Amino acid sequence: MAKDTVKKTIMVALGLCIVCSLIVSTAAVMLKPMQDANKELDRQSNILAAAGLLDSSLSVEEQFKQVQVKVVDLRTGKYTDAVDVNTYDEGKASKNPALSEALSAKDDIAKIGRRENYALVYLVQKDGQMDKVILPIRGAGLWSTLYGFVALERDTNTVVGLGFYQHAETPGLGGEVDNPRWKALWPGKQVYHDGEVAIALVKGTAPPDAVNDIDGLSGATLTSVGVTNLVQFWLGENGFQPYLINLKAGEA
Amino acid sequence: MSNKVKDALYSPIFDNNPIALQILGICSALAVTSSLKVTLVMCLSVTVVTAFSNLSISLIRSIIPNSIRIIVQMVIIASLVIVVDQFLKAFAYEISKQLSVFVGLIITNCIVMGRAEAFAMKNPPIPSFIDGIGNGLGYSVVLIAIAIVRELFGSGKLFGFEILPLITEGGWYVPNGLLLLPPSAFFLIGFFIWALRSWKSEQVEENEFPMASNSSAAEETA
Repeated sequence: MAKDTVKKTIMVALGLCIVCSLIVSTAAVMLKPMQDANKELDRQSNILAAAGLLDSSLSVEEQFKQVQVKVVDLRTGKYTDAVDVNTYDEGKASKNPALSEALSAKDDIAKIGRRENYALVYLVQKDGQMDKVILPIRGAGLWSTLYGFVALERDTNTVVGLGFYQHAETPGLGGEVDNPRWKALWPGKQVYHDGEVAIALVKGTAPPDAVNDIDGLSGATLTSVGVTNLVQFWLGENGFQPYLINLKAGEA
Repeated sequence: MSNKVKDALYSPIFDNNPIALQILGICSALAVTSSLKVTLVMCLSVTVVTAFSNLSISLIRSIIPNSIRIIVQMVIIASLVIVVDQFLKAFAYEISKQLSVFVGLIITNCIVMGRAEAFAMKNPPIPSFIDGIGNGLGYSVVLIAIAIVRELFGSGKLFGFEILPLITEGGWYVPNGLLLLPPSAFFLIGFFIWALRSWKSEQVEENEFPMASNSSAAEETA
């Protein structure tokens, strides 16, 4: 048959590839802005939800308007404009030697390997004043790295909420970090005691009057230890503690 | 509508169902049916891809060289799937996150390729398009049936609305956790096929390995 010659075959293949690539690239380029907007919305709702501030009756954009994003230099604990708030990617920065530093085994309790020099923090404003601060946290659990946020009150000591938006812990055991009843134990707890990070998960049930202790996850000792370590790391001296001290003193 | 076109549209729904009779596309039937909303989007995507891949392959069927026809079909199907995926990411971000790789895997869904090779290569564009929609509907019927059972009895909800109040939230219903796991879909597809073949007994396959007539006498000699 005439359509089976080598020339015809190559022509059809070539023509088809051009038509298909045109269609695919047009769709990708045209829809890119909407996809980016969706991703941004998803990230914002993660931040609000993780901190326990998400109100599903209001639009995420509306709620995020009261949130101010700032870059903190974790080495000095002060705000910086060394990197652009809108394009900065913490995940990439933590792998880039110019933007991060390796942690010694002793310091690296959250087992993240490298810590980025700059971090994004989210300040929730109320009546023109800083009301709550939301900090990104991450660290190793049993199987996976847990990514989440912790929100603190204006006194930088009282927890407003904590939540993880990405992890791969065992469903039903370590996966219970997503359980709303467990997350409800966090608000009101105190992070520091005498200037040291004291907040921790304890085995079994925490005594009712404990201000620093939170119930451990039953059947998930290693995830509980991981959560304790990552919270203590990010709120400790290698994490956000210098910044929180400055913030409280109004010198950040 | 002529009889042939009607047949192309309706016969895949029960008479020649791609999942129940041809046993194609099982992978996604297991993976995406734990919630009805996600399932509906998946069904719609598969129907759109099958219909348009049939249409475009049928349009150029007379110039496709025989030696590269499978590759040509794959390129068209893959392009359509990417376009669908891009649309989902732009207009239904939450659902596209839940569907994750399974939208991309429509490319390897045997139904799409099977209809392109079996129908669109031999028929004019309009009947091919309708055949694609029919097969998409056949796929959807099975998926929706499975998803209703899985979501209702697995999490006590339909479309995310509570139907059976769960015991963990103060109700009375103890959810069946197995239904939320992929293997449960195997059982449900099995029951679906059983029901369908009891109704339409001509779909029952002939026994390929009949028991030999004298093999039952074993215990008598023992």
